[in-house]
Amino acid sequence: MRNRFPLWKNLMVAAVLILGIIYALPNFFGEDPSVQVSAVRAAKVDDSLKVQVQGLLNAAGLKAKAVEMADKRMLIRFSDTESQLKASDVLNEKLGDTYTVALNLAPSTPSWLRAFGAKPMYLGLDLRGGVHFLLQVDMDAAIKQAEDRYAEDARSLLRENKIRYQSVEKQNGVIQVRLPDSNTLMQAQALLRRELRGLQIDVKEGENLLEGRLSDVERREIKRFAVAQNTTTLRNRVNELGVAEPVIQQQGEDRIVVQLPGVQDTARAKEILGATATLEFRLVDNEHPVPAEGEKPPLGSHLYRDRQNRPVLLERKIIVTGDQVVDAASGIDQQSGQPAVYVTLNSVGAKKMGDTTRENIGRAMAVVYIENKSETKEVNGQKVTTKKKVEEVINIATIRDRFSKRFQITGLDSTEEARNLALLLRAGALAAPVDIVEERTVGPSMGKENIDRGIKSNGYGFMAIAVFMILYYRMFGVFSILALGANVLLLVAVLSLLQATLTLPGLAGIALTVGMAIDANVLINERIREELRAGSTPHAAIHAGYERAFATILDSNVTTFVAGVALFLLGAGPVRGFALVLCIGILTSMFSAVLVSRALVNFTYGRQRKLVKIAV
Amino acid sequence: MEFFKIKRDIPFMRYGRLTTSISLVTFILAVLALGFKGLNLGIDFTGGILMEVRYAQPADLEAIRKTLEEQRIAEAAVQNFGTSRDVLIRLPLQKDTGATQSDQIFSALKAQDGTAELKRVEFVGPQVGKEMYESGGLALMLVAAGIMAYLAMRFAWRFAVAAMIANMHDIVIILGMFAFFEWEFTLSVLAGVLAILGYSVNESVVVFDRVRENFRKMRKAAVTEVIDNAITATMSRTIITHSMTQLMVLAMFFFGGDALHNFALALTIGIVFGIYSSVLVACPVVLALGVSRADLLLPEKEGLVDNRP
Repeated sequence: MRNRFPLWKNLMVAAVLILGIIYALPNFFGEDPSVQVSAVRAAKVDDSLKVQVQGLLNAAGLKAKAVEMADKRMLIRFSDTESQLKASDVLNEKLGDTYTVALNLAPSTPSWLRAFGAKPMYLGLDLRGGVHFLLQVDMDAAIKQAEDRYAEDARSLLRENKIRYQSVEKQNGVIQVRLPDSNTLMQAQALLRRELRGLQIDVKEGENLLEGRLSDVERREIKRFAVAQNTTTLRNRVNELGVAEPVIQQQGEDRIVVQLPGVQDTARAKEILGATATLEFRLVDNEHPVPAEGEKPPLGSHLYRDRQNRPVLLERKIIVTGDQVVDAASGIDQQSGQPAVYVTLNSVGAKKMGDTTRENIGRAMAVVYIENKSETKEVNGQKVTTKKKVEEVINIATIRDRFSKRFQITGLDSTEEARNLALLLRAGALAAPVDIVEERTVGPSMGKENIDRGIKSNGYGFMAIAVFMILYYRMFGVFSILALGANVLLLVAVLSLLQATLTLPGLAGIALTVGMAIDANVLINERIREELRAGSTPHAAIHAGYERAFATILDSNVTTFVAGVALFLLGAGPVRGFALVLCIGILTSMFSAVLVSRALVNFTYGRQRKLVKIAV
Repeated sequence: MEFFKIKRDIPFMRYGRLTTSISLVTFILAVLALGFKGLNLGIDFTGGILMEVRYAQPADLEAIRKTLEEQRIAEAAVQNFGTSRDVLIRLPLQKDTGATQSDQIFSALKAQDGTAELKRVEFVGPQVGKEMYESGGLALMLVAAGIMAYLAMRFAWRFAVAAMIANMHDIVIILGMFAFFEWEFTLSVLAGVLAILGYSVNESVVVFDRVRENFRKMRKAAVTEVIDNAITATMSRTIITHSMTQLMVLAMFFFGGDALHNFALALTIGIVFGIYSSVLVACPVVLALGVSRADLLLPEKEGLVDNRP
């Protein structure tokens, strides 16, 4: 009996290894400094933009290595960071308003490799620097806002349909509508049931009272919407920050992960992401006097304070809110020379604003700035996080004429503030406040160090194993090491192919898999020695060695695989990366230990009919 | 080259009582350490802020502490880390701990010494930390259950139970050592512990596999002889495989930097005790559970048994 593989098996091993090389290769070609131009909102990334960009670059005397177009994104590669930075400045200045210009490091995989779809592994933030945020969406606030909206809707519905009511109040999440008699009760009940389907309405007949609660379906819908809306808003805001390849994803029911590679100014990032500022436009209540300290404001009005802490009485009714703002830009007011924000409304908002201003010429209108902050306090030894809502009148102006779709807000403290406000308005409102519950920042130098360390420890470990294996098992040690090398190659290839994110724990996972993968080879080699000792011929020993060791390899790897899968399913962040590498590593190591090393053995010894001695 | 030319089987099972007593003692010590000292949980699990700052010159820790006090930050741990230029600042969750606090602290440090460079910041909220702790515990149990189910299916329940006891013994000892020496227990250490759970059971599986094979081959031998032979025959592989993995882990320990340091430490303990437990805990337990040939020889497989002398 000779140890030979049929042709198809040899071809298969060769094919897998060649594919492995192709897909692992992109990791060895470094990165190009590049500038990424992506579209904001309706702007288009097309050939005309390409021509424009090339014109701008030529004018600045900059030479791009390549210009690539992708969906809503353009990538301009340079050969050095100096021209990258210059180009970024030029493009930012000229394209700034409609496009986001960001610095990027694009993998410089040659085009023939890209034709195979081969890409390098995606490096995690701990390997290239950047910030990771985990944001928690405040669902209680979202629910509360919805209840307020329903109460307001109930009020205006009753008014529009001329149903007299005594009061609409909200108590502990229950919207209570008090009516004068059983007749209006019936009318109101029918109307509200028909119009407000999200509410579950109970009738308290004796007291002429309607009680509305959010239905379970509505609650779920509100929560789902809050997360979805916030994710979109955060994406817009991150876009405005100009970050290349950000990650904004929902995690779990009420959390959103935001990863900003390469961001250094974390304070600004936090300000932009965490702020839930929005604007409301309300009419000033001029029918009632401003209530004295401790006195309740009249029905239908609400007491606010302006920046000088002076009380201002505004109508409860909101004309337009921040989410009806389509665009906002900061600038300087021509007349007063003060910082201003130019606002453009959507059609619904524009109509409402137009109607209100037309009917109220001569009256004062206020812009209310609302920001949600959270504060943690210690109460009886327990840490309690309380939400604080800051409401501030930033501007009061007399309506001189009907407002159109576009108008301006003045009365801001600084140009910086005008810019931030414009940014917040432009990016849309958050449906519910978010809190940063986790932050991980890794500096760029640290990222580089982490990569070096990871690669170094993998390299040294591999070399130490190679020296020992070859000394100990001689020829079979060489086979084992080649198989181990194939294992690393395949592991890197699969990780690149899956576009998995490589992190430091992932690098540790590679090291650990290499250490564990050698087990299969040791099992085989030991078994061959054992068979030889028992008096088998070399060919029989090789055969039996591989055959018998296989069952053991399978068993022991499946158990580790089980552990890996559970780790992947339950682990968070870094643990997951580690688990993924572990699982893939087990699969590739089984292939390389069993098939690659066997192919090498068969190739070396299989041709000799009479094999007298093998070096093991 | 060959290190292990063992002619006669080593009677491991004769020392069974001794070895299980030893591991029982270490196990109890580990449990006591866990009970009295508890794990020194990192901010991954407790929540808090961790900052790593690098200076151009050796850092003046006292000045940094003073700056923090001026910022009215209590209970901050400031220590050198790796080199004298690197400083690690740790703040437990306090009343106004929030994600923005790290920015305040860093700008204060930067004002004190312009060369300060922020290498990393980790902030974990209390809720997140608690969840990590819970899901970590859940992962541990799920992994254990999955492995046991697989072993019970592939071998027999006695082996599954024995392997699991041996495995848990390793895990508890790792945790016990982390508690005793007050090493910081982080998320990556947990990953290491879970990896050991998979790895250590490997060991038991390899030995059990040989036991099963021996039951078929050594038809007249007593159960203890069968087990002794299996352990002896796999001895060489056990030592070499562990040494190889350990080489890799040592490379991580020495060159992997701080982030991998405790991870490698957990793996090292796991590997050392993994060898011990797979041989000297798992096997005596299987024996004590009364394993017999009948456990492994399924009737329909009878015809396939390799009966050659």
